[in-house]
Amino acid sequence: MVATLSVDNLNIRFAHRTGMLEAVAGASLRIEPQECVGIVGESGSGKTQLFLAAMGLLAGVAQVSGSIRFAGNELLGAKAAALNRVRGSKLTMVFQDPMTSLTPHLRIGTQLAEVLVSHAGQSWKEARGAAESMLEHVRIPDPKRRLQQYPYELSGGMRQRVMLAMSLLCKPDLLIADEPTTALDVTLQAQIMELLRAARGETGMALALISHDLGVIAGLADRILVMYAGRIVENASAAELLLRPRHPYTAELLKCVPSLSGPRLARMPTLAGQPPQPGEALQACPFAPRCSRAADRCRVERPALAGSSMSQVACHFPLP
Amino acid sequence: MNAPLLQVRNLRVEFGQQLAVRDVNFDLFAGETVGLVGESGAGKSTLARALLRLLQPAQGSVELAGVDLLKCPPAVMRAQRRHLQIIFQDPLASLNPRMTVGDAIAEPLLIFEPELTAAARRGKVAAMLERVSLTADMASRYPHEFSGGQCQRIGIARAAVLRPNLLVCDEAVSSLDVSIQGQIINLLLDLQQEMGMAILFISHNLAVVRHLSHRVLVMYLGKLVEVASSEALFAAPVHPYTRALLAAVPRIPPVEGAPAPLAETSLSADSIAHGCAFRDRCPYALPLCASTDPPLSEIAAGRWVACHRSHETLNPLS
Repeated sequence: MVATLSVDNLNIRFAHRTGMLEAVAGASLRIEPQECVGIVGESGSGKTQLFLAAMGLLAGVAQVSGSIRFAGNELLGAKAAALNRVRGSKLTMVFQDPMTSLTPHLRIGTQLAEVLVSHAGQSWKEARGAAESMLEHVRIPDPKRRLQQYPYELSGGMRQRVMLAMSLLCKPDLLIADEPTTALDVTLQAQIMELLRAARGETGMALALISHDLGVIAGLADRILVMYAGRIVENASAAELLLRPRHPYTAELLKCVPSLSGPRLARMPTLAGQPPQPGEALQACPFAPRCSRAADRCRVERPALAGSSMSQVACHFPLP
Repeated sequence: MNAPLLQVRNLRVEFGQQLAVRDVNFDLFAGETVGLVGESGAGKSTLARALLRLLQPAQGSVELAGVDLLKCPPAVMRAQRRHLQIIFQDPLASLNPRMTVGDAIAEPLLIFEPELTAAARRGKVAAMLERVSLTADMASRYPHEFSGGQCQRIGIARAAVLRPNLLVCDEAVSSLDVSIQGQIINLLLDLQQEMGMAILFISHNLAVVRHLSHRVLVMYLGKLVEVASSEALFAAPVHPYTRALLAAVPRIPPVEGAPAPLAETSLSADSIAHGCAFRDRCPYALPLCASTDPPLSEIAAGRWVACHRSHETLNPLS
């Protein structure tokens, strides 16, 4: 079976006055049709850059090597015309900040209809009709009126639903959702998660869900990838990874999530230290300085991501 | 019990016809952490700003150690400000990009302790930087050179350097990664122990609020609908809104058969003003709820709920 998205040995680097910054180093992953993959990592771990590369949206100064295939077709180095045949229609992305992702001076209806006009060759009239039913589908009350409004007239939760509607219009094969609920409060977050769940069920699309919120990922993902310092350090089924994390970083991250049950804590659990600065020469395991299990080997030899395709970990001394 | 540090009575904030804060009453004691939770638009930040007189409430009083902050003359208010500090959600945006970190932390001292010599001030800034786990030599650097977590430490240093009685944290850890979030919260808790200040902790992260608050205020469309100790509230939420809010938090591992998320409110501003504002989203609403707004009343010691059915045992939301 051809993977919906397959990334092979992806490297993304930026030139900086202090040297080369490595945003993503040697990342490989597959997203199968209909699968929901959660990507977890701290700010700066490279999770957004990886998917911006797939969308051809990296900053022009980025140096990229490796391969990103969408349904078997190479995206890296593809011409804009070729990219535009898939992105926005079959390969779509929603971003964290719904305000800056919409064009402020165009009506909602125009922005939604444009997708179908340019990708599906529909007339503006048809496209507006489809836009209206899609708004209704993502449970925006009074969609006819909303089509006539500008982004500033909508609340944050509603704007995020408009973004979602836009990304679903052409029935994508893969939706990349980058922190889609981070700017929202818990009830709006629950609504967006419900919509994503429903959209997967209806269209059979694959979903790449990027978040630093393990709770959100846990609620939707079939499989979870953990990124640290530009590297994928663990890859396992969601059920397995959440209950039995193997990489010490994953385990520490899970411990840091404050819980709604169990005893109240006098102090919050923390992860000591800082992630390495991008660009620091890393022959060693990037997590070694913060890791309670680190031994001499970890400080000289970088562990490769190893294991079966169902469960992989980049650690010399993984948890059992 | 000691007299409260802060007494808020009948506080009301209006934006034109809109009631942003509706007759809020609560006390805050020295050394206490009170969480303030609710959805976006509930009026949490507006309430905080009204307490600090960063906006002018329509009515009510806010007494800090016996001084009514809303009625005192500007000169008195200015002197009171040293006791009232706030840190914001976006740590970088709340620092002046053209001011060094050292100058930013020194500014409150320049205003409130002008008798300090320059050397003494520099000493205090250096000590404060070290207290928040930064280094004294960072004083000469600019905000853009720091990460989000470091900027929040700088914001905390600037707020704490005057040893305030009340620190308002408005979504102070919401934009931070979970590993950094814990560090910042622990720093706030340590400073609270050392300085004995009260903290009003505004957040939509309910799990964080649960661990760090002594008491929790739940706000819905401008009104407090439940007030309880953190233990009591999270163990057994009474108000249907509090229940729905807790049910919406994603769990690890996920809970099977979690209730459907709350829909958005469909009530107009006018109908919110009459009856219970939550009635259109509430699975337990009665005809009474449309006509009479339930007052916030004490149903058990220290436990206040604004719901007509708070005395009944309501089955869990289905």
